[in-house]
Amino acid sequence: MARGLRDIKRQIKSIQNTKQITKAMEMVAAAKLRRAQEKATSALPYSEKLKEVVGSIAAGTQGISHPMLEKREVKKTGYLVITSDRGLAGASNSNILRRVSTFLAERHQSKDEYSLFVIGRKGRDYFRRRELPIVEELTDLSDSPTYGDIKSIANAAVRQYELGQIDELYICYNLFLNALTQTPEVDQLLPMENIGEGASVSGHEYEPSPEAVLEALLPKYAETLIFSAMLNAKASELGAKMTAMGAATKNASKLIGELKLTYNRARQAAITQEISEIVAGADAQ
Amino acid sequence: MSTFLLEIVTPDRLVYSEQVNSITVRGIEGELGILPGHIPFVTPLQVAPVNVKIGSQVTPFAVQGGFVEVRKDKVVILAESAERPEEIDFERAEAAKERAETRLNAGRQDEVDHRRAELSLQRAMNRIKVSGGIKH
Repeated sequence: MARGLRDIKRQIKSIQNTKQITKAMEMVAAAKLRRAQEKATSALPYSEKLKEVVGSIAAGTQGISHPMLEKREVKKTGYLVITSDRGLAGASNSNILRRVSTFLAERHQSKDEYSLFVIGRKGRDYFRRRELPIVEELTDLSDSPTYGDIKSIANAAVRQYELGQIDELYICYNLFLNALTQTPEVDQLLPMENIGEGASVSGHEYEPSPEAVLEALLPKYAETLIFSAMLNAKASELGAKMTAMGAATKNASKLIGELKLTYNRARQAAITQEISEIVAGADAQ
Repeated sequence: MSTFLLEIVTPDRLVYSEQVNSITVRGIEGELGILPGHIPFVTPLQVAPVNVKIGSQVTPFAVQGGFVEVRKDKVVILAESAERPEEIDFERAEAAKERAETRLNAGRQDEVDHRRAELSLQRAMNRIKVSGGIKH
């Protein structure tokens, strides 16, 4: 067999191996995505309930004030950026990181004006390489994170706001629309300016007082919002991974097809040549 | 006996949803019992067991903080975590308790650490109390 043929065969084999892997990764991502979506759905009742109660207190009480509800002069801004730990998820990480970078470049002149809270190894490495101010980081999250997993970083971010170390908190993550589409979002989390809007007044009694209840609930509400953004980002990551791996599998199939064609042509040519050589040899005698 | 619907919700899941006769919780202002027909009411909770009574049977839940909302049609307890006695890992709670105690006794005066250790001790004690109800 000619040398060229063996090479092609080896190449086909190697692409087939890759295809098997990408195929498996696609299916794993699909299964995990379903779980992540279920998780996001089961977290909804909690955050909606909290929103309802916080909203009705804010709407129902006149002249209530809480630092988390009021805009103040901004000296320093906090950004909570959610990325994934692993790559091979298409452009999802680079999309969100690019979005954050342009946002930072537009709004700030120097690194002293903001601090970063980063979830996920990809984001951490990105900001570290650029030597940007990371104050808190969290990596090695499981594919179905629980509230307990992200509590520490959520708490740290909210706490810094309460202590006045930051005056605004933005949350940056990939918003999950469906398995094919995710868009990078930068949302303002704190202060919550229009929380009372659209909420109905419930006529509840608050013990010890509406202010005290609000005081206890607002930080929790902020943390819950961070948690649901986290779940959303996870679903986005898995969706992107599924799509990327699906595309990779398809490309591998196409490549294998092309290579097989070349292989068969080369084989055919080799046989033809051999025959004509034999015939020519026989004729010469 | 009249009943009302009790729901216990955490960020991870709906822990409990049943018709019950009464519940006892420890609010910020102190212990309080809720019977059917209570006025609409909201209060934050302390880290303490919530006792749920159906008929003559009382089930404790290890509820960590959060708050209770009483509405006309139902009562909702929202907490960061809530566990039934049988779900609690007793050894883990014991270990957490010891860890928190050593940290408290170490006497370092970092306020944040101290506060955190105190809270984790409270949570561990709460879990032990609730799971102890069926184990011992």
